[in-house]
Amino acid sequence: MALITRLLLCVLLLWPVLAQAAVDVREFDDPVTEQRYRDLTATLRCPKCQNQAIGDSDSPIAGDMRERVYRQLQAGRSDKEILDFMVNRFGDYVLYNPRLEGRTLLLWGLPAGLALLGALVVVLMVRARRRTSARDLSAEERARLDALIKRERTE
Amino acid sequence: MKRRLLLLLPLVGFLVLSAFLYMGLSINPFERHSALMARDFPAFELTTLEDPERVVDASLLEGEVTLVNVWGEWCPTCKQEMPQLLDLAERGVRLVGVDYKDTREKGRGFLGEFGNPFEVNIFDPEGSLGFDLGVYGAPETFLVDRDGIIRYHHTGYIKPEDVREKILPEVAKWR
Repeated sequence: MALITRLLLCVLLLWPVLAQAAVDVREFDDPVTEQRYRDLTATLRCPKCQNQAIGDSDSPIAGDMRERVYRQLQAGRSDKEILDFMVNRFGDYVLYNPRLEGRTLLLWGLPAGLALLGALVVVLMVRARRRTSARDLSAEERARLDALIKRERTE
Repeated sequence: MKRRLLLLLPLVGFLVLSAFLYMGLSINPFERHSALMARDFPAFELTTLEDPERVVDASLLEGEVTLVNVWGEWCPTCKQEMPQLLDLAERGVRLVGVDYKDTREKGRGFLGEFGNPFEVNIFDPEGSLGFDLGVYGAPETFLVDRDGIIRYHHTGYIKPEDVREKILPEVAKWR
């Protein structure tokens, strides 16, 4: 019994190591390229799976794309060239970070536009409120206010 | 009265946003347009499945409207799709296959078992042509016009009704 428990424990402890073995091993000449590889595979979206970066996905197409990214990095291509290469084949869908262009203007501009609109509304409301509170009291209102203050003091 | 109506503005905004998000729920992420639409069929130089000596390139697709179907022996949906492709071939549509990430032996076995609607099959064991076509799973089907330009793209299974409702009208349109 103790043996089985120990074996199970071993398997459980080794599990992460075994799971890691599925990740492809790449060799890089310098740490900068390696970091670029990591960044690119994290910002490219797998076309087959829903909402996974190619760096996180086990699907065959994600593997192919990682391979291309690696090969192009080794060939000295720039990040932009590699992203263009992917967009040319798989469309804008593969970019987790959509580019700023005519078609995506609404996408990028809307949050900023809405924030501005909200700020404008707040400013207008504050102003309107300030104007009402700054208005002088009428004679009748002043009399009532005085009466209330007096009552408060005498009590 | 006017000021009262202004109070409804957030509600209207909320409803518009909800409508957008609700629509987003029913969008099929696999029904997006191919990035290659209205562009030249990618250049390639590969042998055919039938003859390892015969090298073909993109000029194979020029001169006639052609339906290019990407398939593989390992792909179960491709088997279900074969009757539809045979039907299309029978109706006079020119079909060219791309045997994607396959071995010659298995690819040939597949055609022997399920029928061969293709005039010729491009053998793409590494998936290089498939990659340039932006294929992320099989089956995928591209319609190429007589000038070698991609005009229509169908991702996934071609249902029996798709033959009449989608594929044939597109073929007729570009002929």
